[in-house]
Amino acid sequence: MRLRKPELSTDVVKSKRNGLFVVTITSLVLFVVLICVLILADIFYLLHWSIGFAEFWEILTSPQVLDCLRRSFVTSFIALLLVVVTAVPVGYALSRYRFFGHSIINTFVDMPIVLPPVVLGISLLAFFGSPLGSWIKEGLQHYGISLVSSVGIVMCQYIVSVSYCIRAVKASFDNVDKHLEHAALTLGCSQGQAFWCVTLPLARNGLIAGGIMAWARAIGVFGPLMVFVGTGSRVQVMPTNMWLELNVGNIENALVVSLITMAMASIALVCVHCMAPGRKWV
Amino acid sequence: MLQIKNTSLRAGDFTVSNINLTVASKEYFVLMGPTGSGKSLLVKAICGIIPIQNGSIHIDGKDVTNFEPRRRQVGYVPQNSSLFPHLSVADNIIFPLKFRNINKKNATKKIQPIVDALNISSLLERTTLNLSGGEQQKVALARALSFSPKLLILDEPVSALDEPTRCEICVLLKTIQRDFSITTVHICHNLEEARIVSDRIAIISQGRIVQTDTFENLINNPKVEIVKKILRLKGKD
Repeated sequence: MRLRKPELSTDVVKSKRNGLFVVTITSLVLFVVLICVLILADIFYLLHWSIGFAEFWEILTSPQVLDCLRRSFVTSFIALLLVVVTAVPVGYALSRYRFFGHSIINTFVDMPIVLPPVVLGISLLAFFGSPLGSWIKEGLQHYGISLVSSVGIVMCQYIVSVSYCIRAVKASFDNVDKHLEHAALTLGCSQGQAFWCVTLPLARNGLIAGGIMAWARAIGVFGPLMVFVGTGSRVQVMPTNMWLELNVGNIENALVVSLITMAMASIALVCVHCMAPGRKWV
Repeated sequence: MLQIKNTSLRAGDFTVSNINLTVASKEYFVLMGPTGSGKSLLVKAICGIIPIQNGSIHIDGKDVTNFEPRRRQVGYVPQNSSLFPHLSVADNIIFPLKFRNINKKNATKKIQPIVDALNISSLLERTTLNLSGGEQQKVALARALSFSPKLLILDEPVSALDEPTRCEICVLLKTIQRDFSITTVHICHNLEEARIVSDRIAIISQGRIVQTDTFENLINNPKVEIVKKILRLKGKD
């Protein structure tokens, strides 16, 4: 007796697919609307209080806001440099080598991503209260460097953002076929040359995308800064400035700074998107 | 040219043990065996990509056991050709010469006979991403030959190609080996491929070399059961 192959009703498949399509696309649209509403709310609030472009520009170019912007940019770029210097070797080691405790270390590297940012600030505070931390702090003070300065800001930005970059860089190195490195070694490269001439150029996009993500994260750091360096005028960056403006009731000023932050985050996202292979805009 | 003495190596649970092999100068030597028999592992050890546990490897009379890959003078064509996707075909071929202090102009001149022999001059300005399988293998071969290695190792160079292209590339490989007088070790598990290119064949099974002889002698006088099995099974391909 021959068994008949079960037949699938194409209508059932089609209707199920349509149902799934409707549910997922509706969720997607609702989410995009939510983000747009949040962004537009800032703009409408400013317009409601008759804050036009002239007033917006006046707030933006005020010495205090410009000072925060400059400090945010300088510190976040220094943090980015340190992040990249850390992420490239760490990401490569996690991607290429297998050693005792690899899985634990691989998980441990993500710790700053999952910890509440304030906890990182408290940990920094605790570390510089310990004998080793005190010794480092005194050493820095000997050279006239205080932790309640741009140095402290960079430390907070670094510790919060470094794991994001490591994760992106590791994924990027994972995607580079290690046989290419083997081929390079037999063709005359040392291990360093194979890394520099083959692996790094092939991982470049992921590395840049990871760097941009880390920078965007660094420029938005708030919790650790509140705990570790405070809100003094010499250590104010954009997030702390927004918080202070809100505290004294200057919601317009806070919104102007938040719009600038949003604009920068959008530019960063566009840059990350540009780095993705086979990118499409429409 | 190539001497492997009492060599053992290990990768995970798999062991290639007590390999003794001699390949004469300008010989086309085929290493043949079923999938998972240790062929690729052995050639990676010859190239210096993976370390051996004991024994020694000599190339051109020199003990290279502890040499890093770049000092072994081995041209290696991996299984998947492993062309660098961020470089053009021309830059892939002159890649090894960059690390031998040869400038681009001289390098381009030096690779010309190889490019002509492989008939790939029309590909030079293209990226490697849209090459066919046969073209990729030709470019990988040109790259491996560009620095005039003492030994050429081809790890299943035609296994991913269709039948007509496979035969064409096999004939080309044999011609190149003769024209450039280069000692070649070719890994495969296809009997017809081995027949076309080989001067001698070593049969490897479960990490051990079980018989080494010419194609005709292996067919006429297989000494152990596994050789019969491999040859018979492969003969049906």
